[in-house]
Amino acid sequence: MAISFGFTISQTRVVNMDNCDFGKLHQLERITPSFKKCMNCGACTATCSAQQFVSFNIRKVKSLYTMGQLGGLDKELAKCMLCGKCTLVCPRGLNLRPIIMNMRKLLTTK
Amino acid sequence: MSQYFSPFVLPFCAAVLVLLGICIWKYVRWYKHFDRLQKAIFLKNLISWKFIPALWEAFREGILHVRISRKNLVLGYMHRSIALGWFLLIVVGAIESHMAPTESHPFWMGIFFRYFVHDTPSPGISMFFANLMDFLLLYVLSGITLAYLKKVYSRIVGMKKVTKHVIFDQFAKFSLWAIFPLRLLSESLSANLYHNGGFLTQSVGDLFSSSFASTFELLSWTCYSFSLAIFFVALPFSRYMHIFTEIVLIFFRHLGLKERTAKTGFTMYELSACSRCGICIDNCPLNKQLAIPNVQSVYFLRDLRYKRVKPEIADNCLLCARCSSDCPVNIDLMSIRQQARHKQELDTQHNYQYLDNIQPFNAIGRVGYFAGCMSHLTPAIPEAMVAIFEAAGQKYWYMDEDKTICCGRPLMQQGYLNQAGELRRKNIEMIKKSKIQFLITSCPICYQSFKKEYKLPVPVIHHTEYIAGLLQSGKIKVRKDDLKTVYHDPCELGRGCNIYKEPRQILKKTTQLVKAKSEKEDSLCCGYNLGNTLINNEQQKKIRDAAFKNLMHKKPDVIATACPMCKKAFKHSMDFPIRDIAEIVKDNLIKK
Ligand code: SF4
Ligand code: SF4
Ligand code: SF4
Ligand code: SF4
Repeated sequence: MAISFGFTISQTRVVNMDNCDFGKLHQLERITPSFKKCMNCGACTATCSAQQFVSFNIRKVKSLYTMGQLGGLDKELAKCMLCGKCTLVCPRGLNLRPIIMNMRKLLTTK
Repeated sequence: MSQYFSPFVLPFCAAVLVLLGICIWKYVRWYKHFDRLQKAIFLKNLISWKFIPALWEAFREGILHVRISRKNLVLGYMHRSIALGWFLLIVVGAIESHMAPTESHPFWMGIFFRYFVHDTPSPGISMFFANLMDFLLLYVLSGITLAYLKKVYSRIVGMKKVTKHVIFDQFAKFSLWAIFPLRLLSESLSANLYHNGGFLTQSVGDLFSSSFASTFELLSWTCYSFSLAIFFVALPFSRYMHIFTEIVLIFFRHLGLKERTAKTGFTMYELSACSRCGICIDNCPLNKQLAIPNVQSVYFLRDLRYKRVKPEIADNCLLCARCSSDCPVNIDLMSIRQQARHKQELDTQHNYQYLDNIQPFNAIGRVGYFAGCMSHLTPAIPEAMVAIFEAAGQKYWYMDEDKTICCGRPLMQQGYLNQAGELRRKNIEMIKKSKIQFLITSCPICYQSFKKEYKLPVPVIHHTEYIAGLLQSGKIKVRKDDLKTVYHDPCELGRGCNIYKEPRQILKKTTQLVKAKSEKEDSLCCGYNLGNTLINNEQQKKIRDAAFKNLMHKKPDVIATACPMCKKAFKHSMDFPIRDIAEIVKDNLIKK
């Protein structure tokens, strides 16, 4: 029987960084430079309003984006309600709302 | 007729026709772009008594400029002297030319009267008119002089920064400034020749020799006619379109027309009603604290009107509404800013199916309490509210106790209208099915959203209104302590929803309330408003520090506010006590 610890563990993932396309990452970093400052602490995810209803991990989306693993991210980001809690709690001062908006924009433009 | 005609009147006459034609064409086209609801409201109210107050307001604001005078007397005088003076020059000029015993009265006669009419049978009356017209001309010239001085030294009219105009506006302005000195010169030269001038033009005219006057009279009148013509033709394309549009807009507003969530023809009227006076620049926190140029409402509206607004401009605004409360034309600047941010196709690609699983709660006989996303970051506020509900014996339903569906306003502000609509739909469903009596919110952002963007079947009140009501009716009792508090007006609650009274009532009953330097409509934004996504944290803090300084004017012990966002802002790397009004009330409750 599975025991619930109140959290789950993500699937292991292997990314070959040699074959990644970082074009969108560089574009994003140009328009919102604070993106680079993330230390992956996860405070944003812990406070996220959308995450309370559905599996949605903004920190993970960000790290997938950093590694060029862009498939399906636009769908994930469309769960965000833009409430701004993540921006307020981020200890590194990332301006997360525009980062989310710009990721969405860059993901839909070819 | 030939007696009262000279080729120099032609540019003027042609320009008047062009001006009329363009204005009518523009106004009709914009009307066609009204949406269905706006057209229906317009047609329904077209014939009504609403015209009378509209007429009065149009005169008061279009000609007398009362609202500008309230900002600054000298600036008001400048605008009034040019508008009222010119208006009267036209009216009195028309009367004068109609009273003149000439066979015909072509419409340009009032403008060029002293060139054509030299002697009249009743010198008393013509002297009276000549002096009156001279007085009016002097009045306008005093305004033009002030306008010139303003350009050199803007503090003379109480402004630190003035608008940086585009070349075309400069051109229109100089043609306007040329009109009245040229009129003075032309009338003076005629007065020299025919002795038909008043106290001003006659004395100026007598300075010239009569040979000079006869050589240059016609040239001067021609230049005068051309300066009028250039100004009239430039008018509909420049900022001076506001002269007529402001008046039309006042009528529309009295008929009940408003901005909608998307841009319509009405927006075009509002854009053209902006005189680019620049009053909205000085107090904009992005100007005052961050010295960011080109994003203030005046520049934003201009760029939008000329269809060249860039996202960097549209997005760089806190939506703090300080400019809206300063704007003498009362343009709905916040709505227009949000319209311009519309995210087009992205807006429809939301992924909110997860909301469908949320079940409503049966809360018959209770009030609803919606803390909002931000209040969950300041848990002391909802805790205080719960304590107050209990003290008042109020049955309540804490709608978002552990999960919050955002109210949708942050999405609205960034131009995701459709997405915001999805969140609203769910919240409305929850509220309707719960059957609560009314809804109380702690976050002014949610409050403004519920109040203006939702169509709820129940009343919505902010917790300050609710607590003020409880105190009034004696349902809770509080003691007054010696703490010196100052109240920080949250933008969304104050300028956004016009709530200034209740928070102060509560604070006066619980603490020693002192005043901030600028208050109420003039209060300073804390800088953390969700409206802006382009400024960074350092910049937010700069704006916050200015707001803080404003509050420290009378050296209070505690800052009181009524918004979780503002509370967070003043907490951010700062050590000064800041509390929500609900917390203060909770601590001062007298237990029954
Ligand atoms: S809170 Fe800030 S630093 Fe932490 S993971 Fe989120 S974005 Fe990165
Ligand atoms: S803005 Fe989006 S990602 Fe950030 S906390 Fe709100 S819902 Fe979550
Ligand atoms: S928006 Fe209002 S205050 Fe600003 S320039 Fe236009 S008319 Fe003046
Ligand atoms: S809303 Fe505030 S930040 Fe935006 S232009 Fe007006 S004063 Fe400036």
